[in-house]
Parts: sequence; C-alpha cells; structure tokens
Amino acid sequence: MLIRYLVLIYGGAYMGINMQNVIVFGSNSTIAKSVINKLALENCNFYFFAREKKQLELQINDLKVKYPSINVSAEVYDALVDGGKILEDKIGQAFEHLGRVDLVFIAHGNLPHQVTCEDSWQDASAALRVNGLSVIEICHNVARRLKSQRNGTIAVISSVAGERGRQSNYIYGTAKGMINVYLQGLRNALYQHNVHVLTIMPGFVDTKMTIEFKKGLLWAKPEKVANDIIKAINARKNVIYTPWFWRLIMKIIKLIPENKFKKMKL
Amino acid sequence: MIEQYSWGRIRASKPDHVDFPSCGYSFKQRELPYLANGNLRSYGDEAYNDNGVILNTLCLDHFIHFDRANGVLELESGVLLEQVLNLIVPCGWFLPVTPGTKYITVGGAIANDVHGKNHHKVGSFGCFVESFTILRSDGVIYECSRESNSHYFYATIGGMGLTGIILRVKLNLLAINNHAIVTKAYKFKNLEHYMELNAELEGQSTYTVAWIDCLASGRSLGRGIYYTGEHAGYLEKLPPITSNKRSFPFTPAKSLINGLTLKAFNTLYYHRPLTKLSQIVHYDPFFYPLDKLLNWNRIYGSKGFYQYQCVISGANQAEVMREILTRISKSNNGSFLAVLKTFGSIASGGLMSFPRSGIALALDFANKGRITADLFRELDNIVLAAGGAIYAAKDAMQSKEVFEAGYPRLNEFIKYVDPLFSSNLWRRLYGN
Repeated sequence: MLIRYLVLIYGGAYMGINMQNVIVFGSNSTIAKSVINKLALENCNFYFFAREKKQLELQINDLKVKYPSINVSAEVYDALVDGGKILEDKIGQAFEHLGRVDLVFIAHGNLPHQVTCEDSWQDASAALRVNGLSVIEICHNVARRLKSQRNGTIAVISSVAGERGRQSNYIYGTAKGMINVYLQGLRNALYQHNVHVLTIMPGFVDTKMTIEFKKGLLWAKPEKVANDIIKAINARKNVIYTPWFWRLIMKIIKLIPENKFKKMKL
Repeated sequence: MIEQYSWGRIRASKPDHVDFPSCGYSFKQRELPYLANGNLRSYGDEAYNDNGVILNTLCLDHFIHFDRANGVLELESGVLLEQVLNLIVPCGWFLPVTPGTKYITVGGAIANDVHGKNHHKVGSFGCFVESFTILRSDGVIYECSRESNSHYFYATIGGMGLTGIILRVKLNLLAINNHAIVTKAYKFKNLEHYMELNAELEGQSTYTVAWIDCLASGRSLGRGIYYTGEHAGYLEKLPPITSNKRSFPFTPAKSLINGLTLKAFNTLYYHRPLTKLSQIVHYDPFFYPLDKLLNWNRIYGSKGFYQYQCVISGANQAEVMREILTRISKSNNGSFLAVLKTFGSIASGGLMSFPRSGIALALDFANKGRITADLFRELDNIVLAAGGAIYAAKDAMQSKEVFEAGYPRLNEFIKYVDPLFSSNLWRRLYGN
C-alpha cells in the first residue's frame, strides 16, 4: 500500500510539469530521438528542426504511425548556415504555430575531428559554429520569447568535454565550454522571469556520432541518457551529468593542477 | 580504428569504416567490399567485413505505415523487433514468427530467414514478408516481392546480407487477443521420449521447443523439458508486464560456464518440479527469456563462445541426432543453453534458408580453441554425412564442403549476390 502511494506521488511529480508544446533542434540525433519517444507518450505537440529534409519527413511519419493522435510540424535547419534573420523567422514561426512553448530542447551537434581542425581553420570555425555559436544564437532568440511568456524551459545538450580543455578534442570542448558559461548566465538572467535553463552534460554515449570509439564501462546507452534528461527537466534541475558518475569524474579531472594536466595525454 | 563484436565475441572485426545509409546512399568506394549489418546479434562472422565498408542499418529505424485493421506493417529495415512489438501488441497484433531474441533488426530477420517456436505450423520469417526494397551497388532500388523481382526476393530471404541493403519492408502480422501466452512444460527422459512427445504435441500446439541437458548420457541421453505455448484467448486478468532488465556488467577472464557449474545447473534444472497445469505468462519471458539479462554473452569470458546449430532431415534424423548428442555429451563441453526444435515442411522459398523439415539442435560452447574446433569438425562430419545443414547466423567454423552440401541452391544464389558485397563468412566459405 505504502509503495503504491509512493508510486502515485512520484508519478504525480513526474507528470506534474506540463510539457505540452515542445521545440526540438537536432531532432534526428540519437539522444533527441530517444527523448522525443518518451515525451510522445504524454501526447506533446512537437516542432522539429533538423538538417535533412528527407530524414525529417521520415521522423514525422514514424511518430504519426506510433502515436496517431500526435501533432508534429517541422522545418529544415542547418546550424552551419542558418543564422540571423533566417533563424529568427524560423523560430518565430515555430512559436506562432505552437502558441505557448513549454520546452525548447537543443540537441544538435557533431563531433569534429580534432587534428583536421588544427590543420584547417575553416573546419575549426565550422565546428565552433555548429556546436557552440549556433546554440547560443538559438537560445538568444528563444529566451526573449520565453521571457515574455513568463514560462518555459530551455534544455541544452552540452558535454563534459566543455569542462576542461584537453588535446584530443579541445575545439569541440571550446564550443561546449562556451555554451556552459552562456547557459550559466542565461539561467541567472531568466530566473526572475520564471524561465528555467537546464545544462545537460552527457559523458560517453553510444550513438552514431561515436561509432569510431571502443566502448567500455563508462559508456551509456541513449535511452538511459534520455531518461535522465526527462527526469531533470521535470525536476527543474540546473546542471545534470548523465550517467551520474560523470559529475565525480569531472570533479577529479578539474582538481588536477594545470602544471600536471598539461603533461598528461588525455 | 573501429572494432565490432558479433554476439559470440570470438574476435573483433575491423572494418575500414561504418556508414549509416539511407535511400540516397551512393557506393563511392568501388574497390572496398560492402556489407549491410544491423544490431550484430549473429554469432560468428556473418556480419563481419574486415577492411571493408559496413552499412549499418540501425539508423533506418522509421515506421512507414501501420494498417491497424488488417495487420500490415511497413517499416525500415533497421527497426528492432522489440520496437515492432511495442507498437503492434497493444493494437492486437504479433510477429507471426519470432526468434529467441527481440534485439535483432527486421532486415536481419529477413537476411537470416529466422525461425521461431512455431516453425512446424507456419514456416519461417520470410513466409510473412509481403515485399521489400533493396538498394544494390548499381545504385538502383529494387522493389522485390513474390511477383516482381522475385529472383532478388528469394535470394535476399536468407541471403546473409549479400544481395544489397534492405531498405523497407512490408510485413504481414498475426492477430492476437492480448499479450498473454498459455504455456505448459513436460519432462522427457531421453531422445526417444522427445520424439514421442513431439509427435503427440506438435499437431496440437502452435509453439513448441525443448531444452535439453547436453551432458546427460546413456539411457538419459537427450533428456530435457518440452514447452508448448498458445496465444491466450480472452482473459479477465492479464499477466503483468515485467520490464526490469539486468545487464551482465563485465567480461570475466574465464568462462563462468564450465563442466562443474554446467553439470550442477543442468541436473537441478531438469529435476525441478513442474506443475501439471498450464501457466499464463507474458509473451516476453516465453519468447525472450535470455533478453532479460542484457549482454549475457559476456558470461563466456573474454575468449567468447560459439554456437553450433544444425538441422538434420530425413528418416533417420533421430539416430543422427543421437550420434551428435553422444559426441557432445562425451566432450563434457556444451552449455546450459541447448535447444531442440522440430521444424515443419513449410518453406519461405529463400534460396539460402536454413530451416527445413527435420530436427534442429542449437548449443553454445565456450571457446576452448583447438578442443572446440576439433569437436565442431567431428560434428560437421556427422552433419555432412546425414545431409544436414549449419545455420549461417550462428556459424564461425564450418568448411566450404559442409556449406555447399547444406545449401543445394548455392549456385543459383551466387548469381544474385551484389558484386560489391562480401563478408568474412562469405570469403571464408566461398572465396573472393
């Protein structure tokens, strides 16, 4: 009986925050797909942004097959090129279409090749744009609108790579670090407007982006990460590490003195 | 460097690179061999393509259309059976054929023409495939069915992923009342008893399968437990859905399954009390008992394991099976996971389909290097002499001779293999 009661309370809290209208950037990413599938169970209305039109159409169709009553719209968005007025209009359209927006989930990105980025500034700058600046530009546009709504959540997938630069992926790390600082500020600024900002720090996740890595104990499945994300959104957490042990790992990594750290092969 | 492991974890495969194709995929590197693979649940080297291009289908994971009234499902080939079941079961439909794991892709189910516990009644997975599209390296997408491009249709069913990438599939589903299965267990004392029991029960049961104690010998040779199952009719109270899965967390240096643990386990399992009544269970533990422990393949340690699965047809199938079981029992190897299943005569028409009328045995063996290889060679010789066949999805060791004898339509099949496609298994058994 007690357990049943607890389940009811927990279930209530879980369903408590109403995520009716959701905008997703990078809806075709593995983690986003997993999150969308879980949100769809609660009959959300979606507005997707992703790069490939064909994939977007497939994704929408797939959701409609699985959840016939669901409401999904979409627009093509390329983080590398879409900015300025174009992006502003696209976001404006999404808000107009959905009316009130409860959640903006930003999940797009790629894993640039560090060595290529060191050889070519064009590649490095593209990586910074796709993984960093584009996210900030979206937040910039969205924040204004959520502020006037006086309600809503912005959830952004960052990475533990943004917490300390290391030789094997510091361009990617820089982009993510930039997001982390920006989101700290944004969280602070939007608090008084009842808009919530969640920074998501996944560790190693087994997705198509990381196919080239040998998987070990530290690797997590996207479903597990998606579960953590949904829980964190509902609990209005500020920064989550997923899986949880990355908080510990990063604490230790950040404690290593720079003089030692610079000599390490990480 | 990318490393991929098939389910047996004998050794890693090192493809040149992995692509995630969609319908617009172009085969740019004409000098490398291509191979489509899915969730890597085949045991041996069938899904391996060393130094080649792997076309992984896991991103082809969209449903296209579900006709809820008539039970026809259109989907992309990389959707897992688990996802299919999650969609169709609440709507009153089921997979008409399902293997012992739901963590395989629909494309993989076709490429291996997988079978289930109801083979004796309905045939294999390919029997329920209405049509599919394949993309071949000439860049053309072929619509294949029994009526159009039927040569590619029959070559691709059981075609080990060598005829091109399966993109989309249209499947016919089975109507059910609910997610429950009515199951009953029977003990059999030995192989003869199994034959009698099977003859009596297979006519009246939709699903049949038997677990056998592979270490039992003498008069108990081939003893085990026979399970039957039916989809339940209307029920007031449905069995609960249990979704808690556990994962085997690490790979031990040595196999946890050895002569001692196996003997103890098998004896206890065989002698456990069975209820005389039927039980009503959720379909999950009935069809997919092993899926409850994710990564259970790690239990065999870092050296991995093999599965030996053969089918023996003909009048003296029981005698041949007795010979095989005697040999395995003597070796004192084998594993808890030993399954006996009598197939029926309904065929999908797949040129390279494994299931055929006869008795099939599937048995895991921890990798003991030479010892296992020698045992397999002996078993292969028995299978070869009896005109049987080895299942490619499980195979890592059979010889070209055994393969050719087991698949008489091989020469016909070869004509439809995509010129740019190959796999480790194909190079081992057929050459380049």
